[in-house]
Amino acid sequence: MTKVLIIAEHDGSALNPSTAKCVSCAAAIDGAEIDIAVLAADTTGIAAEAAELEAVSRVLTIERAENEKPITAKLAPQIAAIAGDYSHIMGPSTTFGKDLMPHVAALLGVNQVSDIMTVENSHTFKRPVYAGNAIVTVEAPAGSTVVATVRVASWQAANGGNSATIAPLDAAAELPMHTRYVSLESAASDRPDLQTAAKVVAGGRALGSEEQFGLIYQLADALGAGVGASRAAVDAGYCPNELQVGQTGKIIAPDLYIAIGISGAIQHVTGIKDAGTIVAINKDEEAPIFEVADIGMVGDLFQILPELIDAVN
Amino acid sequence: MDKIIVGLKRVVDYNVRVQVKSDGSGVETDGVKMSINPFDEIALEEALRIKESGAATEVVAVSIGTSESQQQLRTGLAMGADRAILVTVDGDIDPLSIARVFKALAEKESAGLVMLGKQAIDGDNSQVAQMLAALWGRPQATFASGVTIEGDSARVVREVDAGLETVEVDLPAVLSVDLRLNEPRYVKLPDIMKAKKKPLDEMPLADLGIEPGPVIKELQYAAPEGRQRGVTVDDVASLVAALKDKGLV
Repeated sequence: MTKVLIIAEHDGSALNPSTAKCVSCAAAIDGAEIDIAVLAADTTGIAAEAAELEAVSRVLTIERAENEKPITAKLAPQIAAIAGDYSHIMGPSTTFGKDLMPHVAALLGVNQVSDIMTVENSHTFKRPVYAGNAIVTVEAPAGSTVVATVRVASWQAANGGNSATIAPLDAAAELPMHTRYVSLESAASDRPDLQTAAKVVAGGRALGSEEQFGLIYQLADALGAGVGASRAAVDAGYCPNELQVGQTGKIIAPDLYIAIGISGAIQHVTGIKDAGTIVAINKDEEAPIFEVADIGMVGDLFQILPELIDAVN
Repeated sequence: MDKIIVGLKRVVDYNVRVQVKSDGSGVETDGVKMSINPFDEIALEEALRIKESGAATEVVAVSIGTSESQQQLRTGLAMGADRAILVTVDGDIDPLSIARVFKALAEKESAGLVMLGKQAIDGDNSQVAQMLAALWGRPQATFASGVTIEGDSARVVREVDAGLETVEVDLPAVLSVDLRLNEPRYVKLPDIMKAKKKPLDEMPLADLGIEPGPVIKELQYAAPEGRQRGVTVDDVASLVAALKDKGLV
């Protein structure tokens, strides 16, 4: 019997779309019964959102003041305490899930399957390695709990329209005090979220300065797109770290990805391989980004961008 | 704090474009350049800076692998680690067992910090630090881009999807480090000579009383589905027209 427990990701009030993608992954396992666990200080709104997701049987809420912030040292023992008769425990391969799920796996004494791209059967999955330059089929041992993270860029969000049962749960676990949340510094923005945006405009080192990186925001706003960046642009201080796309940043799959002044190192390309259409604008016609671009344009971005922004507006 | 343990993994160099073996058993590593996992190098650099600031007295580099990993440990010693430990295994070893090795060594050495890369660029798992924290019952601060030691605790800035999160952890603790934490130093020739005289102890996995449990089996490697190079456009009007064709603007 396949029983999957998905750990909901949220910001304290709203469900992160990564959770709906985990549901799609879990639903790809034949006969899976799917529950979602919401650990928060106030679970009301988050649980209501989770209950709408198609194929979910139950939403289990664990409300504790200690769950206000996502501190793994506090969340993991509660998850281990309710792991009970679940065959699978899944979370998203976002920084939230990557931080949490291996800790849960170790508490349960098992290894973790990281970044599930496809489900072959209940214990067999495909996942990327070597920055996506190889795909390996892996088999988790039978008879022990499968703990896994789901590569969110590989899955569509589950549909809504469901009304799963919401039930409070008591996760008796002693929580350590040795890890304390201090603060979160976030560049607030009204733009679509990079990880779920249908369109993304991304800039690289060639933008040359933080000020000139503003062109990327202008084009993004004209298109209603999210904003991304290469590692080089983040390292150079043109934009905040949360915009980084690639092996060590965010792995995304928008319908449209426009790479501007990005050369296309393999570590970057691995983050955009699943995009619908890739557009590359670069002055170097030999740039590797053109090898993966559906539409390429060679030229000076400082001439092209203002023209493109005008045309889109 | 006395000691900092740093994990150094031997991996295919990050500039190598890896090829899947024709029989699907793995990726080609014959004749391929091997290096310290770049994230681990950043962890070592940070450990050395903490020691140089006076907040620690010794940096111990640890690798788990075949005797070939001596190369990476020697590089770590040349960077400035005081000594090295190689835990030898015959083939691959799973992340949970690696975490158990680090736990055993952290306890044996009474380490104040265990510092690891946030992921190895071969398996891209990103698991060991989190597993070690769970087994050891100590704090974890993953994806660190800023570390400040403040007596018996550390203040760590973490690169998370939403931005930069700051946490405070009591020591001993486990840190996994991200790219922007520092720029590792270059190794100079005299340091390489000096490193040859630094202690590098080898011990088999069994000496730590660790027997790997059930692992996640790798059944088959394959090359990813490639993308095809598309069309080239010459002006903005053609670009916009091409996007309109696809219904994207």
